[in-house]
Amino acid sequence: MTDLSLSDQTIAGKTAPPSEARALRLPTQWLGVAPFFIFAIMFLILPTLYLMLGAFQNGAGEFTLENIIALSQPTIVAAYWISIKISLASSLIGAFAGLAIAIAIVRGGLPEWIRSATLTFSGVASNFAGVPLAFAFLATLGRLGLATVILNTVFGLNIYAHGFNILSFWGLTLTYVYFQIPLMVVIIVPAIDGLKKEWGEAAATLGATQTQFWRMVVIPVIWPSFLGTVILLFANAFGAIATAYALTGSSLNIVPILLYAQIRGDVLHNPHLGYAIAFGMIVITGLANVFYIWFRTRSERWLK
Amino acid sequence: MAEPFLSIQHVRKSFGTNTVVQDFSLDVEPGEFVSFLGPSGCGKTTVLRMVAGFEEPSAGKIVVSGKDITRLKPNQRNVGMVFQAYALFPNLTVAQNIAFGLKVAGMPKADADRRVAEMLDIIKLPQMGDRYPYQLSGGQQQRIALARAIAPKPKLLLLDEPLSALDAKVRVSLREEIRSIQKKLGITTIFVTHDQEEALSISDRIAVMYGGKAEQVGTPFEIYNRPATKFVANFVGTLNVLEGTVTDAASGKVRVNTQEVSLKGKLNGSKSGDTLSLALRPEAISLGRQPGRDSSLSGEISEVHFLGSVIRVRVGIGGSTVSLDTFNSPATPPPAVGEKAEISFSSGDMLVLH
Amino acid sequence: MKTGRFWAWVVFALGAAYFFIPLIATVEFSMRMRRGTYSFDAYQIVLGDARFQATFGYSVLAAIFTIIIGVLIVVPAAYWIRLRLPQLRPIVEFITLLPLVIPAIVIVFGYIRMYGSNSPLPFLASDRGTDLLLVIGYATLALPYMYRAVDTGLRTIDVRTLTEAAQILGAGWGTIITRVILPNVLIAVLSGAFLTFAIVIGEFTMASLLNRPAFGPYLQNIGANRAYEPAALAIIAFAITWGCMSLIQILSRFAPRSANRPN
Repeated sequence: MTDLSLSDQTIAGKTAPPSEARALRLPTQWLGVAPFFIFAIMFLILPTLYLMLGAFQNGAGEFTLENIIALSQPTIVAAYWISIKISLASSLIGAFAGLAIAIAIVRGGLPEWIRSATLTFSGVASNFAGVPLAFAFLATLGRLGLATVILNTVFGLNIYAHGFNILSFWGLTLTYVYFQIPLMVVIIVPAIDGLKKEWGEAAATLGATQTQFWRMVVIPVIWPSFLGTVILLFANAFGAIATAYALTGSSLNIVPILLYAQIRGDVLHNPHLGYAIAFGMIVITGLANVFYIWFRTRSERWLK
Repeated sequence: MAEPFLSIQHVRKSFGTNTVVQDFSLDVEPGEFVSFLGPSGCGKTTVLRMVAGFEEPSAGKIVVSGKDITRLKPNQRNVGMVFQAYALFPNLTVAQNIAFGLKVAGMPKADADRRVAEMLDIIKLPQMGDRYPYQLSGGQQQRIALARAIAPKPKLLLLDEPLSALDAKVRVSLREEIRSIQKKLGITTIFVTHDQEEALSISDRIAVMYGGKAEQVGTPFEIYNRPATKFVANFVGTLNVLEGTVTDAASGKVRVNTQEVSLKGKLNGSKSGDTLSLALRPEAISLGRQPGRDSSLSGEISEVHFLGSVIRVRVGIGGSTVSLDTFNSPATPPPAVGEKAEISFSSGDMLVLH
Repeated sequence: MKTGRFWAWVVFALGAAYFFIPLIATVEFSMRMRRGTYSFDAYQIVLGDARFQATFGYSVLAAIFTIIIGVLIVVPAAYWIRLRLPQLRPIVEFITLLPLVIPAIVIVFGYIRMYGSNSPLPFLASDRGTDLLLVIGYATLALPYMYRAVDTGLRTIDVRTLTEAAQILGAGWGTIITRVILPNVLIAVLSGAFLTFAIVIGEFTMASLLNRPAFGPYLQNIGANRAYEPAALAIIAFAITWGCMSLIQILSRFAPRSANRPN
């Protein structure tokens, strides 16, 4: 019963110098972390707060809800909606495809080199985003892209005649998935590695089928990391602009592009509406994270 | 003799060109507690895993109650297994872990709950049902794992080095507990270990394994006192080995260093001039002449280790050293290094290793 | 088992197809510039372009300064938190995760409004100031990666024991940090640095909104106006990312193993 494992923190807390010594050391102690906190406050927290406050102010600096109400105009609502749809679709597709690949390379009995090659490639591809990614997909699935041309000449399938467009919801989603899948792989492989072989064997000796084992153990164990990654992927796609902008110019009206245009040229003719749009973006990614934290504290009971 | 409950018949297992188990056979009686004892890589775990169904034998068969289960999947065998690393499901509470096999078998919840409570009582952790595995110590986790394994009333309990990950004190108390639960439930058990003390203390019978084969199968008493092979003699217990030369095969005279001992009837056809390895357990040797001990050798005390109730003394005899234990007696000081000493033993306790 | 492996191969093959087809297509497209034959013309034009050289050089420089700022901010903080202020860990970890939640465009929008030429801290009033703000913005974006890399490095070497050992041997703080801590976390810091480089080199949003002549906006501009050069640029960018990740992998082989940690 005394064999409770102590976390780093409690150990550190126990061996920390007595409070007297601590008081003496206080200035030097804070010196080490001061640059970090000053930086974070000045360049991360204050600018964000500034926008969030600005969202509730009019040109004269008075409190107002007008900017938030103005978000309900159709263009903006449509922009949010398509952004949410693309982010959700690309994060879910990316998550499930990434999970499938991760399971395949960790548990699928494939040769060892496939696992390491996939992990290396995932590290690269998860960071291959932005403008160059858009170029790659234009070269692949654009009107003159290799895949488009081959599908048309070899298989007689003209995807553009069938309504596909790289500058559309599905086009952008398919492009985003290129960095979403590898990100999922990179994050979830350690979680799958954490599944012990003995769990499966224990379940088998207790009479469980493979399906029962997955339902009762594997999925509940992986679920928190999986959901956390989905939320990260969602935020990742939701704030991304470079790929979409390089791919579609401003023809696809997603929130970051709308905000980009607003910052550059006040296209909405109300500077404070820009604040409101930014506020809305933070609220959405923030809500996703609040949901995740809530979920995690619920399942935290068995997590160390 | 009753029909064996578990019969492992000429089982063989190769991975590629590497044969880890060669022709292993063993019959286990109902309710018997059998240990597989051997160094790592001796094939003991592989045999266990074949019984559990995780490995398929390359040849031979495994029969339980007259039914051939060699090709049955693990989840159809109705065996309980406890692993070295506990292998509790981290996302389930203690009670849910124990209930796992019951739930999978479709037992009604009320019955399962009752069974879980019963199990928690048996392992003496009645209050722990709502805890999660990470909140428990290693010993507690392993007891839960045991409860989980026996909750569905398996026909056979397989223990794969269940005590290796625990610290010394817990090991001893848990092994006694395992044995008493096993006896109470009368469940046939195979226990894999590399720790000879563990095997000796709780088994009905021990199969000492080496190089994929059973070197000897017998009761702990037989294994310890009458090792069939040199390997068994060396692996089980501490052994003092003396080299001897047969001087007179007919009367059993053997020369050790410059002294002579008489080993009548133990030479099994060795001829005069043969060299032999003679072995003695430390507890079979006494310091000084003792009544009832027919043989003796003299030497010089080279080391004295005071271990509390016991004093371990090493005595150099010619080129070899003999270890022996004497009880600490508060009235007499322990022997000193450098003193001349005589050791005595019964020639009947001398093991002649072939 | 057999069917499991079959499906694993299927999944892997589908994934490989999805990831390799765009790369192949882009390579193919980038070589189509000369009619009727494959050539490296697009690469020659791109690499010979003065604006390519200028913007690429600018972004490399920005990346280097970003790394310096990141190291100066993250290393002392991570070290002190491991050593003396573990109670701050949750707060710091939370802060370092914020840039993954708050989109870059929002952060830079905040900068533009907060540090304009009329503000108390008019970063945007001069070109140098704006350069600095861009680098700061990049450091913010890289914060999660840099912090994680350094913290992992510190965890494997067990700073507390090393520091105490150095103190017992009579080392001062300067010696401890330069002779004991830094050499041991150098690999981790370099990993963070290359990751930062990969993120910063083609960054578009911040550079574009701050109007800096960086590589990202140049890429976007070429994309809007040219046909084959973008494909060549995409391949170059992919190669740079690959290079950074390979360097991290190579470095990780030299990383100290957690041998001096009791468990």
